[in-house]
Amino acid sequence: MSESEDRADALFHALSDRTRRDILRRVLAGEQSISQLAALYPMSFAAVQKHVAVLERAGLVTKRRSGREQLASGDVEAVRSVASMLDEIEATWRGRIDRIDLLLSDAPGDTSPISATPHQSTTPSQED
Amino acid sequence: MPVTNVTKDLDQRTLVITAEFAAPVERVWGIYADPRQLEQVWGPPTWPATFVEHELKPGAMSRYYMTGPDGERSGGWWRVLEVDEPRSFTIEDGFADDDLNPIDTMPVSRSVYAFEAIDGGTRATFTSVYETAEGLQQVLDMGMEEGATLAINQIDDLLAA
Repeated sequence: MSESEDRADALFHALSDRTRRDILRRVLAGEQSISQLAALYPMSFAAVQKHVAVLERAGLVTKRRSGREQLASGDVEAVRSVASMLDEIEATWRGRIDRIDLLLSDAPGDTSPISATPHQSTTPSQED
Repeated sequence: MPVTNVTKDLDQRTLVITAEFAAPVERVWGIYADPRQLEQVWGPPTWPATFVEHELKPGAMSRYYMTGPDGERSGGWWRVLEVDEPRSFTIEDGFADDDLNPIDTMPVSRSVYAFEAIDGGTRATFTSVYETAEGLQQVLDMGMEEGATLAINQIDDLLAA
């Protein structure tokens, strides 16, 4: 569990910076050299290299060497995994919303359905 | 389908869900004000909730447990921060131990529940914020999502029948 926590933390940390998000967008579109990237931002080559290293540690970007160039590319699957964490929370909420809808349709307009409708049930057992 | 919009902000670890219900605002509010109704919607069918204490008043602590398929219990709590009946309320919620006391080391999320009258019913906006990525991951590790998925499938089956 702590391994996945560390990973989640690294992911969110990596995405918390605007420059890193911009770098990630570019390298997801296609492989880029660090020097190409460095030319795009008002910061030093070393600073851009650092940003790429943070993205790499988070597993969002992979790096390879080609001669003197360092090339970075984005990992689409890793980006999806961040989104999937919030997808799961979304599923919890969707479940609750569906049950509210069900409860509301059970006793329309009634503010005390417990005492008023003794047959009320949230278990759709008759559908089995 | 009652859910009309979902917005996720990965950087802020925030989830905003909008849903529309075919009932007046006061009726939807009533679900949250009444523990007997709240427990019918809070936990999934496989993990029904029982609220031992619940009052929608600023400063109030709610305590509940959910009972799993094998009788095992999972405790939780709400702390009510702000109440503007029937427009909105803000709570913190987290995990509780067997005596339903908050577990400090477990993640806490803050949620705002807002309701507005629309033609034919209520638009509800649920905003949930997790303070840390760790917290978000921990909540998922607790297996809540599994139950929620089951609940949705069950309702889908019902609608398809």
